[in-house]
Amino acid sequence: MDNLIEIKGVTHAYQTASGPLPVLDGLDVAVPEGTFAAVVGPSGCGKSTLTRLVAGLMKPDKGEVWLHGERVKGPRKTVGMAFQNPVLLEWRTILQNVILPLEIVAPSMKTADKTARAMELLDMVGLTGFENKRPSELSGGMRQRASLCRSLVHKPDVLIMDEPFGALDAFTREDLWQTMRDLRRAEPFTCVLITHDLRESVFLGDQVFVLSGRPARTQYLMPVDLPDDRTLDILYTPEVADMLHILRDQIKIAQGRAAEVD
Amino acid sequence: MLRQIAVPVIAILIFLGLWELLVWVNNWPNYKMASPSDLPAAFWKYKELFLQMGWQSLWRTVVGLIIAVIAGTLLGMIMGFSKIARDALYPLLVGFNAIPKATLVPVISLIFIGQHDFNTILMAFMISFFPIAVSVGIGLSTLEPEYRDILRSLGASRFTIFRKIALPKTLPEFFGALKVSVTLAFIGTNLVEIVSPHGRGLGALFKSGETNGDYPLMFAVLIALAFLGIVLYYAVVFLERVFAGWAERPQG
Repeated sequence: MDNLIEIKGVTHAYQTASGPLPVLDGLDVAVPEGTFAAVVGPSGCGKSTLTRLVAGLMKPDKGEVWLHGERVKGPRKTVGMAFQNPVLLEWRTILQNVILPLEIVAPSMKTADKTARAMELLDMVGLTGFENKRPSELSGGMRQRASLCRSLVHKPDVLIMDEPFGALDAFTREDLWQTMRDLRRAEPFTCVLITHDLRESVFLGDQVFVLSGRPARTQYLMPVDLPDDRTLDILYTPEVADMLHILRDQIKIAQGRAAEVD
Repeated sequence: MLRQIAVPVIAILIFLGLWELLVWVNNWPNYKMASPSDLPAAFWKYKELFLQMGWQSLWRTVVGLIIAVIAGTLLGMIMGFSKIARDALYPLLVGFNAIPKATLVPVISLIFIGQHDFNTILMAFMISFFPIAVSVGIGLSTLEPEYRDILRSLGASRFTIFRKIALPKTLPEFFGALKVSVTLAFIGTNLVEIVSPHGRGLGALFKSGETNGDYPLMFAVLIALAFLGIVLYYAVVFLERVFAGWAERPQG
């Protein structure tokens, strides 16, 4: 299987008032087509920088980002993004919010087709009947569902998510994990998920990347050999408990290294 | 609906009642303070002048305000998109805004002698563009990066991002500033009308009331000004409902 996303030896530093702040140091990440990469690591280790690099929103100082065998030089229409903040536009209805990327990517598409596509996704995430509501009328979990629909409406090859479930309560979060799993089954896409939640990374990921503390590189890579149709129960099996344990230890190591650098 | 109209009307009536009472209790002659009951006669006596002068004040204020909206929005956009422009323009704008505009009346009447319409509109503009420029500038510069990124990651142009996200998101702040600017523009118009010789508009009518010792007329002009101010203010509220009604939370 080919790698859809390849990050090779990426090094990057931000220019700050007190000098350059290195965030990535020779980072390597490879994500095969159609798989789900979960990325975990200590706070402030440059995980969000990783999403912006893959999305083509910024260029690395050193190293290369490849998508589909092409070097990433700028934003491309085949990428979808979701953030911790659902960033829905309050002056648009839920349906109009979901349609937004199509207005950019496919301006000539008929309104009826755009609506049909958006409704299909809203149905998959259980938001049928809420399409004409304003974002402020929805709960946090529902808003994040709508945000997911928006990032998928133009059928991107790659979905990049930066802690999309981070602000939700534990039960809502678990609901959304299952929604995510179902969405992937219905419409396969390659996914990079940045998260702080180790259980989330194992439940959703095909592989889990543990980044070291800042400046980050890939410290540990765990393949997740669980069935595709996993249920929440799987999180309570000894097998997963062992995996979580290993990940937890790796995070501790990453935090230790971060402490040394500081 | 009925309550929405009844409450402010009753409040106005109570205010007029207290005013009348104040004058009556102190037994003030109307050259000290005119009472509300003196006003209908004053309005009736000069009804044609009021219509004529009121229209003069109104159109010049509105034109000044429209220029302020255009210039203020452009300035705000420049400051919102460029940090260098913001650093350069902010102190200048704050300084300009701090100058009492009354001091500028002789200056502009000397530069543009006899151009009464032009001077009035210029003053209405100068006094009212600042809140608009600041609010648009702040609205644009504080746009959260995620809002930009959802469209930028799809390769949308800066203009598209401005049109689809930044502009509508700034509208509530813009209308908030416009409400302040409306009343300021009125002050600017009247300043010029009162101070310049041979002026026109309600300000000039006020001045002639003063010259002739017609105190009820002066108070009647103040009431007319207040009335026009209310009309313009609610015109802005109406526009706000149409264009930024989404920002209003449903009351529940």
